[in-house]
Amino acid sequence: MNKFIGLANGITTCEGCAMETAARHMIEILGPRTIILTPPSCSAILTGFGRETGWTVPSFMSNLEAVAAYGSGVREALDILGKGDVNVVGYAGDGGTLDIGLQALSGAIERGHRLIYICYDNEAYMNTGIQRSSATPAGAWTTTTPGGKRGDRKDIDGMLVAQGIPYLATASASYIDDFRNKVATAMKVDGPSFIHLHSACPTGWRFNPAETYRVGKLAVDCGLWVLYEVVNGKYRVTRKLKSLEPASNYFTAQGRFKHLSRQEIDSLAAQAQEGYYAIVAKEND
Amino acid sequence: MKMTAMNGNDAAAAGARMARVQVVAAYPITPQTPIVENLATAIDKGDLKANYINVESEHSALCATVGASLVGARAFTATASAGLALMHEITGVAAGCRQPIVMPVVNRAIPSPWSLWCDHSDIMGERDQGWIQLFAETCQEALDFVILSYRLAEDKRVQLPVMIGIDGFFLSHITEPVAVPSQEQVDAYLPPREPHNLVLDVDNPLAINTLTPPGLFTEIKYQHKQAMENAAVVMGKVFASFAAAFGRKYSVVKKYKTEDADIVFVAMGTMAGTGRDAVDALRSKGHKVGMLRIISFRPFPTEAVQDALKEAEKVIVLDRSAGLGSTPPLALEVSRAVPDKSFTSCVAGLGGRDVTIATYEQALSVTGKTGVNWLDLKEGE
Repeated sequence: MNKFIGLANGITTCEGCAMETAARHMIEILGPRTIILTPPSCSAILTGFGRETGWTVPSFMSNLEAVAAYGSGVREALDILGKGDVNVVGYAGDGGTLDIGLQALSGAIERGHRLIYICYDNEAYMNTGIQRSSATPAGAWTTTTPGGKRGDRKDIDGMLVAQGIPYLATASASYIDDFRNKVATAMKVDGPSFIHLHSACPTGWRFNPAETYRVGKLAVDCGLWVLYEVVNGKYRVTRKLKSLEPASNYFTAQGRFKHLSRQEIDSLAAQAQEGYYAIVAKEND
Repeated sequence: MKMTAMNGNDAAAAGARMARVQVVAAYPITPQTPIVENLATAIDKGDLKANYINVESEHSALCATVGASLVGARAFTATASAGLALMHEITGVAAGCRQPIVMPVVNRAIPSPWSLWCDHSDIMGERDQGWIQLFAETCQEALDFVILSYRLAEDKRVQLPVMIGIDGFFLSHITEPVAVPSQEQVDAYLPPREPHNLVLDVDNPLAINTLTPPGLFTEIKYQHKQAMENAAVVMGKVFASFAAAFGRKYSVVKKYKTEDADIVFVAMGTMAGTGRDAVDALRSKGHKVGMLRIISFRPFPTEAVQDALKEAEKVIVLDRSAGLGSTPPLALEVSRAVPDKSFTSCVAGLGGRDVTIATYEQALSVTGKTGVNWLDLKEGE
């Protein structure tokens, strides 16, 4: 079978962009009968500039806070026009999802539209130049948290599970087969689905672009980014770890944490790894 | 034709039903709410084959409406006041993406202070967003304008969204006899939508609303300007075809005793009806006055206004919004259209205050007074 190419080569994302890599796999799974919505963000680069576009499927650049709201209208119109087989997919960053887009997302999930919402989480407003979002992890430097972010990130996944979303999954661009499986699962859901994709960002996290895959993998292997899915409230960890890599390896691999003392890194690492066991415990509930 | 007693909101909803809208996305706000309650009921009962989206804000209401329109559905929403202000970001997208949405705006003052009641400060905030803006005066017009607006909006030469101003309470909640056309008549006048140009279609993929460099932006805006100019021409044809189909004649302006008038009042919406009564009352006292009602505020019918005012010596404009910091919006337009006339600008009817014959009498008494004359102002409040 020929592979479906949904995104052109030669896109002007940053070197080592995990968002772009994930998008290529995502659209290959989704196929040609897909409409993509991107907000003004890093993923808007895929939708295009001037007379050029990256996608071979129809795409629309929405407003930042409104991917899920536009998607609701697109879905309901497709259904009444007899085009229910078309996938409606939002591909938005963490700022457009956890911050300004939360209301529209929550509303769309509550109403139950058949939408696939994929949040590529690079843990800050990267397209505007590395400003803190509610997904920025504790301690991380950004241009608006020059001394490191105080407080932890927003638990968007816990919020959406609490809301009763039929399908939620986390994913990582460094475990691409796992992500592809989850996109394929989301396509079969008769209702809203949400995939929370960890998207390592060399520009904003301050590491060598050649290291994207390794940094993203470290997050998973250290237990800092747990790969799991929640089907109708039932948790399943899709990548279980026999043992956890030392989390300090993840922090020291990135410039955004370099102002932290060894003691601070150890403290953050210990807290973050508790998150892994908390998710594993939910699977056993 | 069957006559039915209905209020302005129900008339607008009847227009949307008969236009066979396919997606309705709406959020409740006084005094608009009965329009979308009416449509939700019609859809629930199976009288209208459409999907209703109970969005969580007006911002999402217009986003969902634009999204539905982008894939080719005939889409509808309605709002008022703060709801319209919340939509402001998306009114630019709807117009810039050239989506033929029809949206009644049940005019209500913009806070602050809070008011539930009518003025035009809400819709005037949208006047430069590139929508067509019509102002209804009667319940009959509320119904007719929804139907004819889809025909106008969906015309290939136009492809623009339409706001229909319906004065809050003064029209939305006033019951009048309305001639309700048959569904067959409306179907013959308004065939199903054939989407053109900016359409999200998997069989003809397009990227829509992308980042646009300085080398293209001006030309895309220029196309929008041309569409607005086309709308002025097409609107005349739409009014003519509507008259042929339904027997009711509309125009971009409505004149009353302007031909021999020395002084002509200009206003929009329901206060124009009071204006005609005021003209009769003032004429009985020997004042040769007339009334000009503007129906199409965008595109502004400059030539029709010039023609209607060509015999008048003096013009008095009554705006229903304050226009702070300069001349109020309607006065600005009319004074530009007829720069050589003696010109008086008045503000009246803010936040639901009644505009009465006495208001017009006061307007007459300030003829020629420069600046902006606030009528019915209670000194010492």
